[in-house]
Amino acid sequence: MLGLSMTITLMLPSFDFRSAESTWVGLDKSLSNGLRIGWSYEDPFVVGASKPLTVILNANPKTGEPYDPPVRAYVYQPGTPFASGVEHPDNLGPTVKKLSLERGKIDQLDRSQGAVFTIEFADVNGQEWAYVVNETATKGWTPQEVLSAAGDANTRYVGRGKTVYITEGCWWCHTLLPEHTQDWQVFGTPPYLGDFNGEMPTAFGSDRKAPDILHVASRNSSREWMMMHFFNPRLVQPNSIMPRFDYLWGKVDANGNPIDFAKWRADYTAYRKGERAYPPEVPEYARNTEIRALIDWVLTSLK
Amino acid sequence: MLLKYLFAKNEDIPAGSSTIFFGYSAIFWFVVGTGLGSFNAAKLAFPDFATGVELFAFGHMRQVHVLAVILGWISMAFAMTMMYMTPALGNTKLWSEKLGLWTAFNWNAGLSLGLILLWCGFTSGREYSDLIWPIDLVVIFGVLVPLGMNVWMTIAQRRTQGIYITNWFFGACIFFLIIVFLVGQSAELFNLTGLTEGYLTFWFAHNVLGLWITPVAAGIAYYTIPKLTGNPLYSHRIGHLHFWSIIAFYSTPASHHLLSAPLPEWLKSFASVEGVLILIPAVAFVANILLTMKGRWSMFVENVEIKFSVTGVLLAIPLNMQGGFQQTRAINWYVHGTGWIVAHAHLALLGMSSFLEIAAVYFGLQQVLRRKLYSLVLANFHFWFVIIGFCIYWISMTIAGLIQGAGKIYEVPYIDVVIAEHPYMIARWIGGTMVFTGNMVWLYNMYMTAREGTIVPKGRYAHEMAYER
Ligand code: HEC
Repeated sequence: MLGLSMTITLMLPSFDFRSAESTWVGLDKSLSNGLRIGWSYEDPFVVGASKPLTVILNANPKTGEPYDPPVRAYVYQPGTPFASGVEHPDNLGPTVKKLSLERGKIDQLDRSQGAVFTIEFADVNGQEWAYVVNETATKGWTPQEVLSAAGDANTRYVGRGKTVYITEGCWWCHTLLPEHTQDWQVFGTPPYLGDFNGEMPTAFGSDRKAPDILHVASRNSSREWMMMHFFNPRLVQPNSIMPRFDYLWGKVDANGNPIDFAKWRADYTAYRKGERAYPPEVPEYARNTEIRALIDWVLTSLK
Repeated sequence: MLLKYLFAKNEDIPAGSSTIFFGYSAIFWFVVGTGLGSFNAAKLAFPDFATGVELFAFGHMRQVHVLAVILGWISMAFAMTMMYMTPALGNTKLWSEKLGLWTAFNWNAGLSLGLILLWCGFTSGREYSDLIWPIDLVVIFGVLVPLGMNVWMTIAQRRTQGIYITNWFFGACIFFLIIVFLVGQSAELFNLTGLTEGYLTFWFAHNVLGLWITPVAAGIAYYTIPKLTGNPLYSHRIGHLHFWSIIAFYSTPASHHLLSAPLPEWLKSFASVEGVLILIPAVAFVANILLTMKGRWSMFVENVEIKFSVTGVLLAIPLNMQGGFQQTRAINWYVHGTGWIVAHAHLALLGMSSFLEIAAVYFGLQQVLRRKLYSLVLANFHFWFVIIGFCIYWISMTIAGLIQGAGKIYEVPYIDVVIAEHPYMIARWIGGTMVFTGNMVWLYNMYMTAREGTIVPKGRYAHEMAYER
């Protein structure tokens, strides 16, 4: 009896999942998150170590030929484990796997050298397919070259940001799954079958106490707003029940000055009581902080 | 202390030691779990309460509450009842007290470690499977397999002819739970990704409930109600119907948790149909138990264990009615992901299941310690605090869920939903805090029972002496 139920509920669905073809969204998520988020050998303290970086290229890093629109590249520095679809091309779905192997050369890889990937499109039987391109093999781009060509301003710590989303438990309030029946208007399009290939963990959430944020960056792409909202949501939304995430700023601000949280909170309380006309300023975050990674992820991935 | 027996010879360990170890651990975890629940509820009602400290952030504590209650309280209470019911029903001794003590020790140590790590952010990011996989392995091989060995061997050694229905549930459900853990956690071990991972997460979550928490709780009721009332079980046949239909219909509806995810449509439809069929075991169980109560309904008022047990069984009625129907597409689209589901989950775990276990822990500890309950007044206080607190919680979350559902379909700006829910969040916190208070009283009462409870003479039951001074 249990065997029958396992056949129906485990084995049969696995055939369906295996034939799912990855979409652009699926490839983008998986390439920018890396092999897995959450605890692993490479990231034992779950701080987002050994994650790829997503960079926005305005020009070809080798030839200088300008890109318009800019190209999104995923940089795996030496030693970083590759995304699941790259390690196991079967996870990409049959057609995407074929394209990525034949045209994208994703089998010519060496983890100790690192690699740079992009996503391109091809026409097969009149349908458009996204597939992975190993630019290290096709164009000779090295991770270091691409990172210095892009510069920090165009680098997004997406994988690390998703890690913060997981460890801070944002997904106990937010979902990443607009529902088919009634969420289209407000929260946007529900995900497709191929949007999840290679993602680990999916963490789309089951208990919604807050808006769905799968497409939040299309509603609101302001870095300023996000900063204020994360530091203290009540600054921009007085009735919000979202917790303050000011501790993600770390100890110092962008200029290296220590952040005086006690004073900030006291000033803020005074403001709430009407003793001050304006709330205190939210400190500018430093370059290498968790909050930077988190906002990078929100604004880059949740379009 | 019991720890001294960890290295003693099996023959030298007094019978019932593992029952006691598990019993007090379970109550302790119940206090911890509900305390965390009350704290979390306060954070949702008053977001600036205990703010700005990473460890007290809602997102760090929510999952600790859930796992402390499921793996600490409920599962240890199950283990406790297995330690005394299985031998009693087989008219024999526990296969190994020593193994039982070690299981309880591993369990407390492993769970404490796992939850502290989880609290600090060491997570797999998978709901209900949040513990990182090395801890999952401890749970499987350090806890579940030894527990299973003890129960299976005790059943094998029985000196009765048949196997009573409670032991069917115990033996089978441990086996299921081991399988469920192995399959569910394989996603982390082997890095299975994408929808496979998402589906396995809820396959695990569903089956932990469906093949462990609800059936074992029911198995416990099959013991406590006949034992305490002195009536024989109304029908063994219906009991068997319950057992087999649980396996047939309740091991399959996992994907009804994911109706809005892009899973195969055939799978969702199949799950929904199977999900309605759980009404069969549910009706069989409730009818069987309530009919067993025939002629002894006065005990529902007089006897605190029966009061808890029967309340648990009565709560199974709304539980299964909600459960059977809210997972059909016709209703699920409205309530999915809202507080309604949170209310339902608490109806299952804090309502139906916990009430049955509380009764069994009360009864078992008095039996094994051979001491009468220290204070019946405190026990009644416990009952009323837990039931009233639970009802406040359940009703307020159900209303909050309906508000959220309405907000969802009428596309109200989300912040207005947050504002409308606020009073119910405060009510939820009050309800949760009452449950927590009741449990602290319980812990005190059981501690005093062990120290000062009147000794029960041989051949008598503690509950028979409830009104004797
Ligand atoms: C206690 C529940 C809770 C937690 C935990 C939480 N949020 Fe929120 N969040 C809310 C609520 C409620 C709102 C809606 C009101 C508002 O805008 O503040 C919100 C709003 C947002 C918005 C704006 C949504 C929109 O539609 O404009 C973003 C982005 C967001 N949260 C991101 C996060 C991230 C990232 C985390 C984790 C670091 C997080 N939240 C943790 C409750 C929560």
